[in-house]
Amino acid sequence: MATQKQGTLDRRAVMSTLLDARGDSLIVTGLGSSCYDAGTADHPNTFYLWGGMGAAAMMGLGLALAQPTRRVVVVTGDGEMLMAMGAFATIGAKSPKNLSIVVIDNEHYSETGMQPTHTGRGVDLFGIAEACSFSTVQTVYTEKELGAAINPLFKGTSLMFCDIKVNTQRYPMSIRMRDGAHIKNRFRENLLGQKAFD
Amino acid sequence: MLPRAIPIRGIEQIAFVPDAGHAQLIRDCEADNTIETVSLTSEQEGVAMFAGGWLGGKKGALLMQSSGVGNCINMLSIMQECRFPLLMVVTMRGEWGEFNPWQLPMGQSTQQVLEHAGVIVQRADHATDVRDVVYAAALMTFSSNRPIAVLLGQRLIGFKDWSK
Repeated sequence: MATQKQGTLDRRAVMSTLLDARGDSLIVTGLGSSCYDAGTADHPNTFYLWGGMGAAAMMGLGLALAQPTRRVVVVTGDGEMLMAMGAFATIGAKSPKNLSIVVIDNEHYSETGMQPTHTGRGVDLFGIAEACSFSTVQTVYTEKELGAAINPLFKGTSLMFCDIKVNTQRYPMSIRMRDGAHIKNRFRENLLGQKAFD
Repeated sequence: MLPRAIPIRGIEQIAFVPDAGHAQLIRDCEADNTIETVSLTSEQEGVAMFAGGWLGGKKGALLMQSSGVGNCINMLSIMQECRFPLLMVVTMRGEWGEFNPWQLPMGQSTQQVLEHAGVIVQRADHATDVRDVVYAAALMTFSSNRPIAVLLGQRLIGFKDWSK
């Protein structure tokens, strides 16, 4: 197995950079650190998953198909995405042009004691996304690469995948909003207005 | 085989892991340009997908065989916690004249598994009931924001008689 480059970016700084660029995009987070990090800049166009590990990418697909004129960006972790390997294939086969999947990849399961994930053991999400027909695929290690990647992720017109390698810095949970029905209703009312209640 | 059994106005997305019992319906939906069809690698993907679809204001139906119900369990926690609607249409195996014994463990526990996961379960065992039962389940799930599964009995589809 080839030696891999180490991630040096800070996960919260990466999330902050992503959220600053969100525009009117619709965001779905995976459970765990991505949910907590996104909670540092709460927005009604963010749907926070607190459970259902492996759901984020497919929720993104459902939302992207339902809202073809809006950009949908899934922001999740490497462990969560590894539980959705089939979703790479399902999404690639469907190829919605308004969906980006972003993995903030620290190569570990942060929430459960920093056990290593497969992404630190030679498993390359870039290669999986590429083999599953994603149009634009990249791995980001540096601020400069992140800066170049960000606008297309939120404003692009093709199916995109971006693996952002970060270090293993942990942070305290920063989001208090946990009630799933509330998060869903807030998101739908903000997006759909009165139609949310039809 | 089941005919076009989902005559519900407003259903715009169908997702499925194929089953012979759904084959005609899948063909009909693929031929209908008002319906988006998504082929899944695993049934649980459909549960998450329809949560996203409902977030975006669309109604859908998830088609699967009873063996796929077990794949959905943890994803169904999203529906219960968030009060998402979900219409599941499940063709049953392992319950009537089943030739393959490997289908029995999941087929015999399908209803209980769904109920334990917070899904309301309804059944159709006669061809003349299918349309009404699916229609009524669709009305109820999308007006109550609670997941409902319609089990289509194996007797509807028939079995292979391996004794002959």
